[in-house]
Amino acid sequence: MNPRQIAIALWTLVVKEIKRFTRIWPQTLLPPSITMTMYFIIFGNLIGSRIGEMDGYSYMDFIVPGLIMMAVITNSYSNVASSFFSNKFQRSVEEMMVSPMPSWVILSGFVLGGMARGLGVGLIVTIVSLFFTRLEVAHPVLTLLVVVMTAALFAIGGFINALLGKKFDDISIVPTFILTPLTYLGGVFYSISLLPAFWQGVSMLNPILYMVNVFRYGFLGVSDIPVGWALAAILAFIAVLFTIALRMLERGQGIRS
Amino acid sequence: MAEPALSIRGLTKVYGNGFQALKGIDLDVAEGDFFALLGPNGAGKSTTLGVVSSLVQKSAGRVSIFGIDIDRDFARAKYHLGVVPQEFNFNQFEKVLDIVLAQAGYYGMSRRQALPRAEELLRDLGLWDKRNGSARMLSGGMKRRLMIARALMHRPKLLILDEPTAGVDIELRRSMWEYMRRINREEGTTIILTTHYLEEAESLCRNVAIINHGEIIRNTSVRDLLMELDTETFLLDLAHPVEAAPEVEGFELSQPEPAQLAVVVHRGQRLNDVFEALSARGIQVVSMRNRANRLEEMFVSMVEQGNQALDRAAEDKGKDKEARA
Repeated sequence: MNPRQIAIALWTLVVKEIKRFTRIWPQTLLPPSITMTMYFIIFGNLIGSRIGEMDGYSYMDFIVPGLIMMAVITNSYSNVASSFFSNKFQRSVEEMMVSPMPSWVILSGFVLGGMARGLGVGLIVTIVSLFFTRLEVAHPVLTLLVVVMTAALFAIGGFINALLGKKFDDISIVPTFILTPLTYLGGVFYSISLLPAFWQGVSMLNPILYMVNVFRYGFLGVSDIPVGWALAAILAFIAVLFTIALRMLERGQGIRS
Repeated sequence: MAEPALSIRGLTKVYGNGFQALKGIDLDVAEGDFFALLGPNGAGKSTTLGVVSSLVQKSAGRVSIFGIDIDRDFARAKYHLGVVPQEFNFNQFEKVLDIVLAQAGYYGMSRRQALPRAEELLRDLGLWDKRNGSARMLSGGMKRRLMIARALMHRPKLLILDEPTAGVDIELRRSMWEYMRRINREEGTTIILTTHYLEEAESLCRNVAIINHGEIIRNTSVRDLLMELDTETFLLDLAHPVEAAPEVEGFELSQPEPAQLAVVVHRGQRLNDVFEALSARGIQVVSMRNRANRLEEMFVSMVEQGNQALDRAAEDKGKDKEARA
C-alpha cells in the first residue's frame, strides 16, 4: 500500500471505531460521566470538605486530575478490549485480515479509536468538574502530553487483552482485578506521602501512580515523583507494549488458526 | 504463458491438536476459470481457502496468487483477492453501506471512489434499498449477497466463494448464479467456489477438484468427469400405475412408486430400447428425470471409494500391530 492508501485505511478504521462508541453512547459515554459526577459530589464536596487540604490544595482540587485520569485509563482500555474482542467474536476481524492493511495500521486504528474514547470521556469529566471547582492548569502542554500518552498506553493494553481473550469474561478480568485496584491505589484519592515508608515504596511499583502524579503536576504543579522520569517510563511502556501487540497480531495470536 | 490465478504446491496444514487437514496438495486455477472445489465436510476445502485468504496459517507449501508468492508479498497478492466466507463475518450492528465502504477503505479506496462502486454493487445485488439499515435486519440471503458486494468492492481478479448459497432459497440461488456467471463472463473474474449443491458446481463451473481427507483425489474438467459416469438412473413418471416393474432385457428396472419406474442405464445402452419395450406393453411415460444429480453420483462414489481405502489401510495397520504384538 502506498502512503495515501495507508492513510485512508487508518482513517477508515479510526472513524469506524469512533462511530461505534458514539452509536452506543448510553453504554460508553454516559456511565463514566455519571460515576465521576458521583465521585465529585460524595468525595469532593461532602467528604472532602471534612478532609481539609491535601498537598496544600483543597481535596476537590486534588482529586480532579486523578479522576480525569482514571476515566481516561478505564475508557481507553475497555474501548479497545471490547471492540476488538467483539470483532474477533463476530469474526468481522477477518474483514481486516483479508485486506492488504499492514498489521501496524490495524493496531494503530484500534488504539487511536480507544484513545478517542478515553480522551472524550476525560473531556466530559473535566467539563463536569467545572461545576464543582475552578480548574487551573499550571503546565498545559505537559498535561496534554501525559494524558494522550496514558490513553495510548492503556488502549494498547486493551488490545493485548482482546487478542488473548477467549471469552467475554476474559476481557473484564483485567479491568476489574488489576486496573481498578491499581488506579485506586495510584494516588487518585490520596497523596502517597500519607503512607508509611514501606507502602510508599510498594506504591512506587504501580505504573499508574506515575501517570496520575505527572497529570496532577500538569494541573497543580505538585507531584510525589520526578516528572521527567515518569514521562520516560510511560514512553518506554508504550514502546514495549506496542511492539508486543504488533508481534502478537502479526503471528495471528487468537485470530488465526 | 499467463500466470495461473491461483497456484498451490505441497500445501500442508497441521492444526495445534495434531490433526492434519491438508496433506501436501497441489492445485492450479487458470485465470478466468469458474472452478469448483468439492469435498465432504472436514475434507480440507475451507482450510485451503483459509490459507489462500490469510485466515489460516499454513504449515508448509507455497501459494501464489497471479504469480505473487504470499510468503513474499501477501499485501500485493491480497489486492487481487476477494473472499466470501461460509459464515457471516461482518458487524451485525453496522449499516449495510458502512460495511461495504469500510471494506473499500481497508484497500485504500477513498470514500469518493468507493461510493459509486458501492451503489453499483448494492443495486446489482438488490440491497440498495437496505443500505441505511442495520445488517442484522437483513434476511439470510441478503446477508450472503452483502458479503459478495463487500468482497467485490476493490474489483478483485480472483473471487473465492465458500458455500455462497448455503441456506438460500432456490429462486435467490438462481439469481446469485446468474450474477456470478455475469462477473465471470463479462469482467473476467476468476471464481473459485466450494459448495455442497453439486447441481450448482455442474451448472456453473468448468473445472473441478475433489478433495477428501486433505488430499486432492481428482482435478479435471466438469465435462470430462461427467463423461466417466458408467451408469445413470432415470425416473420415469407413468400415465397410469402398474402392478410391478416390467422386465426389459439388458436393463434393471424397479418401481419406487406405483406410477413410477426407475431404470438404470449403463454406458452404451440406448434409452430408446426401454421406451419401445414399455410402449409395446401399453405403458405410457409422461415425464422423465435423473434420479440424482449426475455429478453428485460421481462425487459420492469417489468419496466412498476414498473412505473405503482409508478404512482398509487402518485395518491393515491394526493387523500389523496385532502381528507384531
